[in-house]
Amino acid sequence: MADTENTDPAGEKPAAVPSQAPAPKPPAKTPAAAAAAKVEKAPPPPPGPPDQAAPADVSVPDCIQALQAALPGAVIQVSYWVGDWTVIVATPRLLDVAHYLRDAVGAKFDYCSDVTAVDWPTRAGERFDVVYCLYSTSLRHRLRVKTRVADGDSVASVSGVWAAANWLEREVWDMFGIRFAGHPDLRRILMPDEWQGHPQRKDYPLEGPGELILESPQEWLKLRQSFDEAEIE
Amino acid sequence: MEPDVARPMFDTDELVINMGPQHPATHGVLRVVLKLDGEKVVDADVVIGYLHRGVEKLSENRDWTQIVLLTDRLDYVASAAANLAYVETVEKLLSLEVPRRARYIRTILAELQRLASHLVWLGSHAMDIGAVTVFLYCLRERELILDLFEEYCGARLTYNSMRIGGLPQDLPPNWDKKVLQFCDIQLEKLVEYETLLTHNRIWLERTKGIGVISAADAIAVGLCGPPLRGSGVVRDVRKDEPYAAYAEMEFDVPVGTNGDTYDRYLVRLEEIRQSVRIIRQALGGLPEGPVMAKVPRLIKPPAGETYHANESPKGEIGYFIASDGKSTSPYRLRVRPPSFCNLQALPQLVRGHLVADVIALIGTIDIVLGEVDR
Amino acid sequence: MIDLLVIPLIKIVIVLTGVLITVMYMVLLERKVQAWVQVRLGPMRVGPHGVLQPIADVLKLFVKEDITPVRADKVVFTLAPIIVLVPAIIAFAVIPFGDQVSIFGKPVPLHIADLNVGLLYIVAVASIGVYGIILGGWSSNSKYPLLGGLRASAQLISYEVAVTLTFVSVILASGSLSMVDIVTAQKANGVWFAFVQPLALFIYFVGALAETNRSPFDLPEAEQELVAGFHTEYSGMRFALFFLAEYANMIVVSAVATTLFFGGWLRPFPSVAFLHFLDVVPTWIWFVVKTFLVLYLFLWIRATLPRYRYDQLMRLGWKVLIPLAIANIIVTAAVKVALSD
Repeated sequence: MADTENTDPAGEKPAAVPSQAPAPKPPAKTPAAAAAAKVEKAPPPPPGPPDQAAPADVSVPDCIQALQAALPGAVIQVSYWVGDWTVIVATPRLLDVAHYLRDAVGAKFDYCSDVTAVDWPTRAGERFDVVYCLYSTSLRHRLRVKTRVADGDSVASVSGVWAAANWLEREVWDMFGIRFAGHPDLRRILMPDEWQGHPQRKDYPLEGPGELILESPQEWLKLRQSFDEAEIE
Repeated sequence: MEPDVARPMFDTDELVINMGPQHPATHGVLRVVLKLDGEKVVDADVVIGYLHRGVEKLSENRDWTQIVLLTDRLDYVASAAANLAYVETVEKLLSLEVPRRARYIRTILAELQRLASHLVWLGSHAMDIGAVTVFLYCLRERELILDLFEEYCGARLTYNSMRIGGLPQDLPPNWDKKVLQFCDIQLEKLVEYETLLTHNRIWLERTKGIGVISAADAIAVGLCGPPLRGSGVVRDVRKDEPYAAYAEMEFDVPVGTNGDTYDRYLVRLEEIRQSVRIIRQALGGLPEGPVMAKVPRLIKPPAGETYHANESPKGEIGYFIASDGKSTSPYRLRVRPPSFCNLQALPQLVRGHLVADVIALIGTIDIVLGEVDR
Repeated sequence: MIDLLVIPLIKIVIVLTGVLITVMYMVLLERKVQAWVQVRLGPMRVGPHGVLQPIADVLKLFVKEDITPVRADKVVFTLAPIIVLVPAIIAFAVIPFGDQVSIFGKPVPLHIADLNVGLLYIVAVASIGVYGIILGGWSSNSKYPLLGGLRASAQLISYEVAVTLTFVSVILASGSLSMVDIVTAQKANGVWFAFVQPLALFIYFVGALAETNRSPFDLPEAEQELVAGFHTEYSGMRFALFFLAEYANMIVVSAVATTLFFGGWLRPFPSVAFLHFLDVVPTWIWFVVKTFLVLYLFLWIRATLPRYRYDQLMRLGWKVLIPLAIANIIVTAAVKVALSD
């Protein structure tokens, strides 16, 4: 009776399970199945984003040119695609760039729309792109800032520059496991605190490690209880 | 008798109370851990994630067209707005030109959705402050909007009302007349809500000067939508980065002056009027033509990344999508959830206020947990 | 023997059942009135137009599991709802429901007791109820009920002052503490005290809303803030007792308002001679009608107004109502002295 119940929801609702069930070893459970699903669905992903260079007939906006002049060496690459400008920034210079973009007269990017990341697991060296979507409420223009970071390395937190980045960076940490140095409160935000692994990584199975709750509920309960007690203390 | 000096007579520690995740006024499964000194809030910690369904992860394993269904389930009070933002982002990646008629109808649907969402907001906000009747009045009008949506696309909550490249179908016959009729009803009934609230002394006392946030702070903390405008920042994606048919519409962007709960209330009420104005314009100038562009059967945008923002009823909803050019699903899809970003300001807003104001402030930032947790 | 024991006992039984049935139907009335205001239908399923709904409600509450939280103080937890309900019901002892009637030639006054300090008795009894609320909130050993109980104690005590002060001005006008005498004084006076003491009526009504925890002063049980306030942890029959007490209290304050300000059992315009034909209506009907009109006002207000905040409530009580009530007493006394000279 219990067995039939267990197998059913795991197969039917892959999305619901990872949000609730914590497990010690995420990829160990179903990596083969997940990999198989991925292979038959799509060709292997490219090692990184194309980051197209701007075509000759589009001129680079002044704020990017000024940034390149003010902080030489900080901008690795400027990219343009479907109307969006992106600057790719050297990770150690990120904070300088952030301060410059917020305060410089021609930039005034005072509004941090979004902070997110993209995982390119096959890229040599730096695996993650951290993406900052910026907007200026006074000059009404947009810019995307990208920086590359290797697994295990940390990026300087921009929550001191834009307070809005606080939760957004927490989410990136939660979902990708990218650490933000100098973040005031780097905790998980969407997943439970005791969660193992970072779900948005490409090598994290879509089903998640959720079977633990179904296979050995006792173990899961123990884990939960130990955590609850720690919280009450 | 000597009083016991070592043990104080009263325990004067701060009281920690857990508001939610099951609480009548947290609009879903939001948990706020409040530190109270008496009834005064000393600090608040917002705990979210109870409704996390992994929509972003799921999107990486779904077709581009299937994801429209997932966006329905983000902000389930305003799913057409989330649909619109998503399909527009994909169209941007595809560099696809959408027929003008489709853009007009999208505008109408988005504005109807804004009305529905604002009505739910007004109702639940008023109910949180104790005016239960307003809630039922608001839902009465929202019901009419749901009927309109039902007639258009068959669904009442999760519409799936947009397609990449256009719309699933043209307007049903006489639908436009019903919408115009509804617009008249809405403006008429708006007066009813205002009679109950706008000049009500208790309402004024409960909302004026509560949760004041300055324009600079609001920008820094990333507030968007009506809460940002309530602080006096003129920022509306519809005006600043026009999409759909908004470039051809005439409307005002209402802003507040004090950045308090009352101003945010007034801003939203004015937005209801402006939405009606936009709907009337769009219906008046509705062009003829197809509602769907030529779209390949299998959508595969070229490799590249983009971010595109819309003004949802809650604020700036944006999609950051990376396509690898080979697969039939996005390589990475990120939703910039307005509720999430607005909720971030909650601890800042509630500090120093009373428990009763926490409720008013959760109401005033208008969150939908489906979108916060995704 | 019959006069001393049997008749009062019969009257007690009638009043008690009457009150309990009224309370049950008050709940239905409240739901119906709210529904009408809010363009809904209200209960429609049990009986025609839901008239049997109260019976279903009571049955449900009886058979529901009665949970006592593990960490609660069990004795106090059990006692609290009783402490709330009993004073609410015994307050009816001094309410005059009508003029004297004669049954089988025997004159029977339509009240259980005519205390010469009837008003004082009501004030005294009504203030016991608040103990039940505080104890209920405290003994639950839970945070929301505790906050609700604290709010209730502060609120009830401060508004009791204002309410009692309005009684003083009514006593000044009538010259008696007896409920029956107050009514007869209004008859002698020719007008209801509502016209003599409009300010006192207003303060009394606002105070009564607060005393019975009704909207816009329903802070001790503010659902959106404190879940259910002091009775969060209560369930089943014990919750029902709190519920009964709230509505019984509403009826008490409405009955007191009727007696003090709207001429009790008197017909409208008691001194206008050509309206004598109205006297065919039994006096107690007038009383009931008036009481229900006051009750209706309670329901109407609940459907209309948002809720006050705790500090605003206290400010209103101490800084507006109490000074006004004191000023009213002084003016009343001065006028009285001036007229008697």
